[in-house]
Amino acid sequence: MPDVQSAVMDGNTAAVHIAYRVNEVSAIFPITPSSAMAELADSWASEGIKNIWGNIPVVQQMQSEGGAAGALHGSLQSGALTTTYTASQGLLLMLPNMYKIAGELLPCVFHVAARSLATQALSIFGDHSDVMSARMTGFAMLAAASVQDAHDLALVAQAATLVSRVPIMFFFDGFRTSHEENKISIIPDEQIRAMIDDELVRAFRARALSPEHPVVRGTTHNPDTFFQARETVNPYYERLPGIIQKAMDDLAHMTGRRHQLVRYSGDPEAERVVVAIGSGCEVLDQTAAHLNTRGEKVGVVQVILYRPWAADAFLAALPKSVTAVAVLDRTKEVGAPGEPLFLDVLSTFAHATAAGTWAAMPTLIGGRYGLSSKDFDPAMAKAVFDELKKPSPKHGFTVGINDDVSHTSLAVDTAFDIESPNDVRALFYGLGADGTVGANKNSVKILAHAPACFAQGYFVYDSKKSGSSTISHLRFGPKPIRAPYLLKSASFVGVHKFDFVFKQDVLAAAASGATVLINSPYGPDAVWNELPRNVQQQFIDKKLKLFVVDASKVAFGLGLGARINTILQTCFFALSGVLPRDKAIAAIKRETERTYARKGADVVKKNFAAIDSALANLHEVKVPAIADGRPSPRNAIPASAPRFVREVTAVMMEGRGDTLPVSAMPADGTFPTGTTRYEKRNIAEQVPIWEPDLCIQCGQCSIVCPHSVIRAKYYDRTRLVDAPASFKAVSINARGYPDSRYTLQVYVEDCTGCGVCVENCPAHSPDDAKIKAINMKSRLDHLDMERESIAFFEKLPWADRTRVNFANVRGVQFLQPLFEFSSACAGCGETPYLKLLSQLFGDRLQIANATGCSSIYGGNLPTTPWTFGSDGRGPTWVNSLFEDNAEFGFGYRMAIDKQTEIARGITEKLAPLLSEDLVQAVLAAPQVTESDFHVQRERVAALKAKLATLDDADAMNLLALADFLVRRSVWIVGGDGWAYDIGYGGLDHVLAMGRNVNVLVLDTEVYSNTGGQASKATPLGASAKFAAAGRTVPSKDLAMMAIAYGNVYVARVAMGANNEQAVIAFREAEAYDGPSLILAYSQCIAHGTDMRYGMKQAARAVASGHWPLMRFDPTMRSRGLNPFRLDSPRPRISLEEYRGREVRFKVLEQTHPAEARHMLQQAQLAVEERYKLYEDLASRDGSRFHPHWQEL
Amino acid sequence: MDLSTKYLGMDLKHPIIASASPLTATLDGIRALEDAGAAAVVMASLFEEQVRAEDTAYAMYTDHGSLSQPESGSYFPPLPDYDRGMSGHLGTLRQAVEAVDIPVIASLNAVTIDGWVDYSARLEQAGAAALELNVHFIPVDPAMSGQDVEAHYVEVVRAVKRTVRIPVALKLSPYFSSTAHMAHALTGAGADGLVLFNRFYQPDVDLATMSVKSELHLSTRYETGLPLLWIALLAGRLHGSLAATSGVEGAREVIKYLLVGADAVMTASALLRNGLSYLQSMVTELAAWLEEHGHPSVAAIRGQKSVKQLDDISELLRAQYMHLLTEYVPGRLAA
Repeated sequence: MPDVQSAVMDGNTAAVHIAYRVNEVSAIFPITPSSAMAELADSWASEGIKNIWGNIPVVQQMQSEGGAAGALHGSLQSGALTTTYTASQGLLLMLPNMYKIAGELLPCVFHVAARSLATQALSIFGDHSDVMSARMTGFAMLAAASVQDAHDLALVAQAATLVSRVPIMFFFDGFRTSHEENKISIIPDEQIRAMIDDELVRAFRARALSPEHPVVRGTTHNPDTFFQARETVNPYYERLPGIIQKAMDDLAHMTGRRHQLVRYSGDPEAERVVVAIGSGCEVLDQTAAHLNTRGEKVGVVQVILYRPWAADAFLAALPKSVTAVAVLDRTKEVGAPGEPLFLDVLSTFAHATAAGTWAAMPTLIGGRYGLSSKDFDPAMAKAVFDELKKPSPKHGFTVGINDDVSHTSLAVDTAFDIESPNDVRALFYGLGADGTVGANKNSVKILAHAPACFAQGYFVYDSKKSGSSTISHLRFGPKPIRAPYLLKSASFVGVHKFDFVFKQDVLAAAASGATVLINSPYGPDAVWNELPRNVQQQFIDKKLKLFVVDASKVAFGLGLGARINTILQTCFFALSGVLPRDKAIAAIKRETERTYARKGADVVKKNFAAIDSALANLHEVKVPAIADGRPSPRNAIPASAPRFVREVTAVMMEGRGDTLPVSAMPADGTFPTGTTRYEKRNIAEQVPIWEPDLCIQCGQCSIVCPHSVIRAKYYDRTRLVDAPASFKAVSINARGYPDSRYTLQVYVEDCTGCGVCVENCPAHSPDDAKIKAINMKSRLDHLDMERESIAFFEKLPWADRTRVNFANVRGVQFLQPLFEFSSACAGCGETPYLKLLSQLFGDRLQIANATGCSSIYGGNLPTTPWTFGSDGRGPTWVNSLFEDNAEFGFGYRMAIDKQTEIARGITEKLAPLLSEDLVQAVLAAPQVTESDFHVQRERVAALKAKLATLDDADAMNLLALADFLVRRSVWIVGGDGWAYDIGYGGLDHVLAMGRNVNVLVLDTEVYSNTGGQASKATPLGASAKFAAAGRTVPSKDLAMMAIAYGNVYVARVAMGANNEQAVIAFREAEAYDGPSLILAYSQCIAHGTDMRYGMKQAARAVASGHWPLMRFDPTMRSRGLNPFRLDSPRPRISLEEYRGREVRFKVLEQTHPAEARHMLQQAQLAVEERYKLYEDLASRDGSRFHPHWQEL
Repeated sequence: MDLSTKYLGMDLKHPIIASASPLTATLDGIRALEDAGAAAVVMASLFEEQVRAEDTAYAMYTDHGSLSQPESGSYFPPLPDYDRGMSGHLGTLRQAVEAVDIPVIASLNAVTIDGWVDYSARLEQAGAAALELNVHFIPVDPAMSGQDVEAHYVEVVRAVKRTVRIPVALKLSPYFSSTAHMAHALTGAGADGLVLFNRFYQPDVDLATMSVKSELHLSTRYETGLPLLWIALLAGRLHGSLAATSGVEGAREVIKYLLVGADAVMTASALLRNGLSYLQSMVTELAAWLEEHGHPSVAAIRGQKSVKQLDDISELLRAQYMHLLTEYVPGRLAA
């Protein structure tokens, strides 16, 4: 018997540990929450780890899940054991191939971290919508409920698929299982080996395509044979349950862990039973056990093999005593008589009772739970059991929400708690940047290290990319922990940032007598008075113990910056007493060294020093008997805010979104824009403060600000009469405006403190070059004054757009940004372009946004950054999908063009009823400059006023369409993952169609949102996930590909290198009456560089030739001119000088030094050659380009 | 003509060593210097502060956004154990040692005792033939006495010598109250040789931008005075090698340094100014001068003008000064 090792890992790791070892090829595409499986497989392959046959599997990233499925299908047909890892929309893109793979009886296992499908909104979180959508494909469906199951059943699936030839979709709950850290027993490689029969592998290979024994597959059938051929596979599916059970038994024989197709737990004579799939079964199971100790007779049926549906196994598992059954589905099938699992159970009982194999039809209800990782806890489970007690239990119920619209929801007793008294439960509120999650993952490992100790960790994140917060849920105990739900009560609460006490109810889950540790800038004598009264009262009422440590100060002193994690981790171990103190510190150091060895010895040393100094800074605070603090200064939403914001958004912002009822949500996914302005996150310690006397009013700080917090207005000096003393203003430095004043206002509460503005400021003090016209200073020191100033600044009018020079950066600063305060990373390279877009065309802007970073910071609740101006107009925005964005935006254009055409037609037709002059003016109006639009809007307003007076069907129709008489600006926005990879086919088609759409590619040269996977924009020699050894081919020149059409306006722009050129390109693209493509260089945290200097790095990208600036304007050709203009000079620094500042390039020097040098040389040559090519194009005369299409 | 010499126990084919400079920072540069005829090279210094700064930056950049968002735990593929700040340098050293036949001397500029010890051990492991400690220590703390400063230097030498077995030279600054005493204290602490003298980056103020800037100009022959003086005073009286550096514009300065007792002469400025091929011409000129003056070898002239050989030490110390003054003609020097 081989040594059985245990380890702490998450469900993704547990599954891929098996999948990697029993496959030869993986064809993948990253998608949350399954990405980690593919990433691990890729990294193991690059480390040379072998599968059970002693070879290193091939892991190949494709351009989409559709591509991955196609490659996988081809690989299976050619005889290699092949797998993939996916979720959600990714699984949907695989559906066509899944039908084919199943139809051809090709054995394989798909590993799915089950996730919601995008419907009224996208959600990255877990439920079974995706896998249930694939239940017709012919794939068998096997479901795990825990991390251990994700490990065990992955092997069962592989063994069974080889025996049965039926492909298997193996799934577990996204996040809840895929991301839960738990202690499991690892199946030794020898046992994995023993589970796979090589004879079956050889048989599989023998069936594969070979010219040595040629066959033809994928034929086209006619009505005469298709039906019969489709029925041939039935025996394979009939045999499958037995095959899977045998594999389960084989595994049990080796490991002692028994699995069944359908697992029953609970009272052997249960009357009430709940049926479910996935991690919810663990909750039901624990709840049933608890209820049975109280004399109830309940049980749980966990369906592990869902397809093919094993009716016999289901009935066999069920006690005959059952009289009432509730079926829980973690999906929603609108309009169906029940969700999928319910219908299967219903048909099983119906058939069995009809056939007489089951005595009587039980009371049978179905309901939904846990959509999008909605927590499913024992109280909810109890509510379902309780419902079955009722004489007429509710069918089609929901549990876990308050459905006040259709009244489907069950009442839940939230006080119900079954947590084991033997477990230690700890809750930590941290910041993303402070390392709390990492430390807690290490704590789980430390505590689970001992043989009889078990630990579980689950981590909840918000979706902010800057200033994000995290909540860690940890359980430790003497028995395996089967509690896949969030902590409801904790004996330890760590509050790792003091401000959290104001923003959310951090003590809500603190159990009576719990220990609370706060990272506090206030010492033990001062902290009590700083706590808000409601928090003080909780300390008193719950008899909580309070400890403080100024971890931030200790960490700062040690050069650890914001990384306070090891200090707080040490304090946690000391206070919780889960391990003897010395042993704990030694273990923390061991894990710290393991974690930080990848960051360098210096970082390890600093963390050791932090651990050693932690306890000296830990102080207990005597909790007074009276709460006399100030009331909590909650984030006050102004009364002027829309009702939705006050009543719904505000609740989400406080972390209480779970309490919102169904009626609070829009039915069709429509939300108001402009809500980030209410969030006031105050996340920056340092913010830019303006020095009016040094400022040259150039607008350079404003244009590069990623969060639109730097705004400029000019106004008549008389408006300053009511200005608060803190308000800063100077004379505008443009000639001819002696009475105008200029103010640059920083919205300090919305700033992320990136410092990009300061680095981009060209003005400095003549006495000290370090003092610029804008400087980073303490937010707290300036907050009160700046709040007053902002309030006054808000009352000043924005500049009249017809009087602003749109052609340069100086002018653009006076345009109101209609994209503001997004949750993008500090120093984000993408968002300045979006802000510019909103400033230039915001009131006519209709955006199609591909899934990715820009859809997350652009559309993730609770608040969204696209906003509107004082006239109520502003960008309107939709994220459809990742893969279809170009087509989706193209759809906008077709609809707009059509409705514009109709509107113009009716206008012309109604001319006799309207003013002929007005009609003529409306129809002939040029719509290029801001003045043009201003006048046209006035005409359209006049037209609408007139139409409103007419009692005429055409007039009413025109009234509905008249807004189309103002030219609308359609922008298709997305990242390089979309444009270069998954959406490239659509993008190419849309560009070739000639319609007036504008495409903005926010090119970070890597998949940013899913965590740094290589795209076809990733440069030669850059290291990225799925290209750990460096990308070996140069990035795709999308600009040249589009230029090849001749009719596409194309520009490469780079803010930081030439902001003015970017402004010009945006305007030219928008004005061009045809397709436009702008490739915008966007620095990203995935580059591994100091984002504060991101704009300087963008300048280096251009200066080195990495990112030459150019514009290709087809209209120039129509004037006989060369349409290709090269806007950046010849490379004047080496590529190495640019690349040397980014980890993505540097890391390769360490891992593959020889290849790194070689690739750098190749890349340098490629850069030079491309520049020469561009130079050649730029120096041609106009006749050597396509004739302009509109001339033909 | 026998140009050979011995420095830090190493046999060199002639006394001219390429000192630490950008030319010795890369494998290609070191190879080119060997081809150009250098007797040995001192690799560009490894700076502890730079390594630490790079380590800190690396940790920060690779940490950015990690474990703080639901969609991605990190933004990079699994990173190897990090040794970047050191590893690049060590890799170059390792490759250089393999690639060339001449000795490659590593140069280290550390700031903490830990740094001196850790890094010198790593440089030895990477194959350095010897170690040159480039101590750049500015005692800004007014509480620190001259004795404290001296003790610090001695402590550095002791700590490094306890750590490594290869020869260790100290590149010294001229700013000691008693340079000779210090030199003896350092060799007493184990230094196998001294390099005289170190030149420091010094601050300047840019009046156009009102900012402080830091520059290092190439050395000129006018800077040979101090090294000449102290090598003359120390040569033959010290247990350990002496290398001269600063102001070597050509073979003339090499010869002068040899005459006062240097075992080896280092140059970087001359090569940066005139190109690598200049090294060979210096060697040729040295040989020609020896021949012209009837000396069979470098050894024959080494130390001829050192204090040990002089009857009157004042010739070196004051006579020149007196001579200058007595023959001084107003305006002549300015011309």
